[in-house]
Amino acid sequence: MSDHDHSHLSDMDVRVRALETLLSEKGYVDPAALDVFIDTYETKVGPRNGARVVARVWADADYRKWLLEDAGAAIASFGFTGRQSEHMVAVENTPDIHNMVVCTLCSCYPWAVLGLPPVWYKAPPYRARAVADPRGVLADFGVSLPQTTAIRVWDSTAEVRYLVVPMRPAGTDGWSEERLASLVTRNSMIGTGLALSPEAAA
Amino acid sequence: MNGPHDLGGAHGFGPVIAEENEPVFHAEWEKRAFALVMAMGYTGAWHIDTSRHARERTPPAEYLASSYYEIWFAGLKRLLVEHGLVSEAEIAAGKSSSPPARLTAVPAEGLMEKLMADGSYERPATAPARFKTGDAVRARVMNPAGHTRLPRYVRGRTGTIAAIRGCHVFPDAHCGSDEEDPRWLYSVAFGSDELWGPQGRAGDDIRLDLWEPYLEPA
Repeated sequence: MSDHDHSHLSDMDVRVRALETLLSEKGYVDPAALDVFIDTYETKVGPRNGARVVARVWADADYRKWLLEDAGAAIASFGFTGRQSEHMVAVENTPDIHNMVVCTLCSCYPWAVLGLPPVWYKAPPYRARAVADPRGVLADFGVSLPQTTAIRVWDSTAEVRYLVVPMRPAGTDGWSEERLASLVTRNSMIGTGLALSPEAAA
Repeated sequence: MNGPHDLGGAHGFGPVIAEENEPVFHAEWEKRAFALVMAMGYTGAWHIDTSRHARERTPPAEYLASSYYEIWFAGLKRLLVEHGLVSEAEIAAGKSSSPPARLTAVPAEGLMEKLMADGSYERPATAPARFKTGDAVRARVMNPAGHTRLPRYVRGRTGTIAAIRGCHVFPDAHCGSDEEDPRWLYSVAFGSDELWGPQGRAGDDIRLDLWEPYLEPA
């Protein structure tokens, strides 16, 4: 899949608009409903949801236990539910193990906690290499792990969706959940990044 | 199918390039294409497994030269024509020239709630699970021409049952059908060195969610 080639755009605009007109005319789609799909995933659901979950894991030992045992229920307690998040599993990074999530076959991703996936997640370079060379992929993201840390890659081949809980950065004792959430990046919840240090976030 | 979508382990695609502060959509047409795919899914004309398979059937050269939403758009057109909902001529004209099929559009009213509703692909078990956690299993060598979620890079490889996920709708049977044929689903751990030989790394593992018909005792 190529980078976004702007010469394609006007052409695709015309074709997609023509299909929308046709499907509306047939009565198969309601244009107002199309706006709801777009608005939901453009403005309402995104990685800030997941960041709130991770911040609570860091701040609340009981919640951490619940999330690791029954991620679906623990995440639903925030109201984060629905499409592409029907069977949630949370996996926690430790000094011994680093988790990374991919979908080699398409683009499976936990929409309710992370929103729609970024282009790189859906594109061949990541899908091809995450399972075979996760350290090389991490290097592309500027991340290097200690030699003693093992990597576990989760290939989302079914409807189970994974949320990575990154390690809590040092120097954050006593922080509120809201402040902790500001350190949780989208990539840290996919496993292609780490949570920000307080210095990096400042 | 052994299609262009089955990318695990492929070489030559270059580094992962992430865009800083990436927007959710990159063009107006991407938003509309995404929404059209979602809205047609909600008519019940087809389901997610059929939809995935339609995208996989994009010819390999076209698939690899397309952006993600171009693939979605190609898959949508393919399904619309195959299901007799529109004709190629109507797509080309952007205008209806035949009576519509009986299909009810999903309304905007209540749609947010539908999107956020709890769904499940888990179904009551029809037989006991064949494997238990810790069992050694081999991913079967198989090359079905239809839809499957068993990637090529694990076929014939030996792994360990790491968790039992429950009995889930089986995509290979469900694709293009109303038959859910639920089967036990397992998290299977494969050693990196088992999958990639000298290019793997002892201690690293790769875990896939695989249905029972993909597995045999090792």
